[in-house]
Amino acid sequence: MSILTASSVTKRFGGLVAVNSYDFEIDQGQIVSIIGPNGAGKTTFFNCLTGFYQADEGKMLFNGVLLNGRSPDKITQLGIARTYQNIRLFPAMTAIENILVGEHSRLKTFWAEAVVQTKRYKVEEEKAEEEANRLLQYVGLAGLGDQISRNLPYGAQRRLELARALASKPSLLLLDEPTAGMNPQESTEMMRFIQDLRDDLGITILLIEHDMRVVMGISEYISVLDFGTKIAEGTAAEIQSNPRVIEAYLGRGAASGLENQAAAVPAQ
Amino acid sequence: MENKTHFDWKLAVRYGLLAGAVSLSVSVIGMVELFAQRDLIAGVLTLGQVILFLAPVGLSYIIAGKQPPGKKGYALLAGLITSLVASLPLVILVILATSFNLREFLPNVSPALINTLTFGQGVIPGIFILMIVMGILGILSAGMYLLPERFRKPIMMGLLWTLIIGMFSEILTERLRSFFGVGISKVVFSGKALRPTTALVIFIIVTLISAAWYRRGEAVKERIADSPTMQSKQFRWGVFAVVGVIFLLLPFLLGTYLSEVANNVLIFAIMGFGLNIVVGFAGLLDLGYVAFFAIGAYMMALLTSDADQGIAGMSFWLAIPICVAVAILAGITLGIPVLRMRGDYLAIVTLAFGEIIRILVLSDLLKPYIGGAQGILKIPKPTIIGLDLVKPDQFYYVVLLGCIFAAFISWRLSGARLGRQWMAMREDEDVAEAMGINLVSTKLLAFAIGAGFSGLAGAIFASKLTSIFPHSFSLMISINVLCMIIVGGIGSLPGVIIGSLALVGLPELLREFKEFRLLMYGILLIVMMLARPEGLWPSAVRKRELLAYQETGPTADPTAVESET
Repeated sequence: MSILTASSVTKRFGGLVAVNSYDFEIDQGQIVSIIGPNGAGKTTFFNCLTGFYQADEGKMLFNGVLLNGRSPDKITQLGIARTYQNIRLFPAMTAIENILVGEHSRLKTFWAEAVVQTKRYKVEEEKAEEEANRLLQYVGLAGLGDQISRNLPYGAQRRLELARALASKPSLLLLDEPTAGMNPQESTEMMRFIQDLRDDLGITILLIEHDMRVVMGISEYISVLDFGTKIAEGTAAEIQSNPRVIEAYLGRGAASGLENQAAAVPAQ
Repeated sequence: MENKTHFDWKLAVRYGLLAGAVSLSVSVIGMVELFAQRDLIAGVLTLGQVILFLAPVGLSYIIAGKQPPGKKGYALLAGLITSLVASLPLVILVILATSFNLREFLPNVSPALINTLTFGQGVIPGIFILMIVMGILGILSAGMYLLPERFRKPIMMGLLWTLIIGMFSEILTERLRSFFGVGISKVVFSGKALRPTTALVIFIIVTLISAAWYRRGEAVKERIADSPTMQSKQFRWGVFAVVGVIFLLLPFLLGTYLSEVANNVLIFAIMGFGLNIVVGFAGLLDLGYVAFFAIGAYMMALLTSDADQGIAGMSFWLAIPICVAVAILAGITLGIPVLRMRGDYLAIVTLAFGEIIRILVLSDLLKPYIGGAQGILKIPKPTIIGLDLVKPDQFYYVVLLGCIFAAFISWRLSGARLGRQWMAMREDEDVAEAMGINLVSTKLLAFAIGAGFSGLAGAIFASKLTSIFPHSFSLMISINVLCMIIVGGIGSLPGVIIGSLALVGLPELLREFKEFRLLMYGILLIVMMLARPEGLWPSAVRKRELLAYQETGPTADPTAVESET
């Protein structure tokens, strides 16, 4: 059953068509990747999904609910969480505080209850903190809760961002280049972690990724964007042998043989 | 290594010129002369002299620290040269002032100033005395640096406290007199200054205490911190109770005049708590904060005044919730149009809002209702069970109540979900929204609560003065409150009180400073940003953050902090 359906989504910035009539579908419990060269419109599509941008055309349905026109906070409340390509933690807040902010959409008490410290408020805060510590442990950062997030090492910041995204208990998790800047061993660990997320928690995962080893290793389905347009989709094996994908990544020359290379260079 | 052992003449001269320029400026703008009227130690030292010698002494100390270690002679020489060079501009000033009429274009270069600079000994001997005194001070100051830390720190503490007590001797005399009679105060103080013997006694006592603390203090602190009673809940409540009792009894200790000062400090602190929410927690730079203060004050005036403009004749206690509610409404009204603005744009729009309110209040349009430039008079003071809270030491409790109210709400919210919402919004608005935070309501709550506190302060202010005028609500109030929370430590609740004491309390006590208030703000802010960017009493988080920042450095190589998997 599809959890997210996007049909002919288009986003323009002035004359530039960043995403062009993109159709996309992801089933409950799948791990799907969107790949494509830099500037292909992958992150723009993410931003349309999460409400940061409003799509100019097309329809996006999440569990049957229309996402178009909703603000980012409303979309998060529906159960979509994301991480960012260049880590965007709340730098001056501690690791625990970051996760607590992530839990925001699940907390219900009214602000004035904090002033008079109602029972409901105290219970909820206690639970929230417990949950935050549990998440911290889950991503392997136990004991670092009081650290200012800016001071954490790079890898830890990535994992903290994941924990913060998980804190809203999403049913769909959007990961924007989760292994960027990691060495092969770290990205292998991240791969395993992403798989565990799906297997243990049943979270559907949509990721943008450049590391082909990661993409081919965990994706059950891959969608390829180039200049905002979908040029291919399919399983890892299908994508790897698709000439249009190779062309998009390596240039026309590589795709159609060496004899055409000289002619292809000016075209790219 | 070879060339490092040469004495660096250039550096010493450069520091000397810098110190001389500072001393010359404070003389020429009239600070030295004005402050010379305030004796610190009778017949020995005036505040003017302290200000005059501050830069040469300080820079001599610093340059002594820049000499190669082990070269004690170099350090003393550097101190001497720095201070002697620093005295040259002053010497030239004295000579010029006695030969030409400098007052035509430097009105502050008066005979009194020349008299201060030459120690009243005539021009030629005075010049030599000035140079000799400067030289000695320079050597002493450099010598201080050479002392081992266990002597240096206590001596510095001793000097500092003697100066501070001397500075406040006028008020202390008055207090001593009212508690112990004229006799005791005559023994300690002479006129409005410390007696030299008392100054010496204070210096020795503080130095000894501080020396003892230096030797044992850390151990004692650790032992107390480790002991189980220290961490217990009862102990914390105990501290709380003691602080509470001190605050309750404060008016009895302070007397009428100082209670009045305390009232001003606390009223500004209430505003500080509000602006701290808007700027410190939520990161929304609001420069029109005085508008809500004015709205609170005018509402109080309209609701309670016995003058023609008064419309309701309510009691203070009935009016105050209404004033706060109206200020909150005004906060929301300002908040809605600026929801989408960030940073500089927000600052400009709020600045304009503050001016609009002030000009409206002054305008002829509203004159029939709120009195225009004549303001509103006859605002009654609050009464409680038939008792009029008229005197400052009685009114203090009203202000204290308001301050506790504001501090309590700030404190509870800062640790709560709303506090986290604000902080997240301050750090990264887009991501905060992506975390499910509703930016509209979060921002409006910050504006509303901040405005509510400001309105509360305004209402109390109106009742305290019993009359209000438009000129009380100038842009300077906004700037004052903003400086206050920056100096105290942005986002820090105790910092609000500290900032208010420093920027509202101190200028009241040292009345001469009033003339140089803005200059002092500028200097203070620059010094703060260089020496203590986190503020005098920073919030825990911010302190850690800045410390870590200094350790890793602003341009820390990202590859240097690789993940430790």
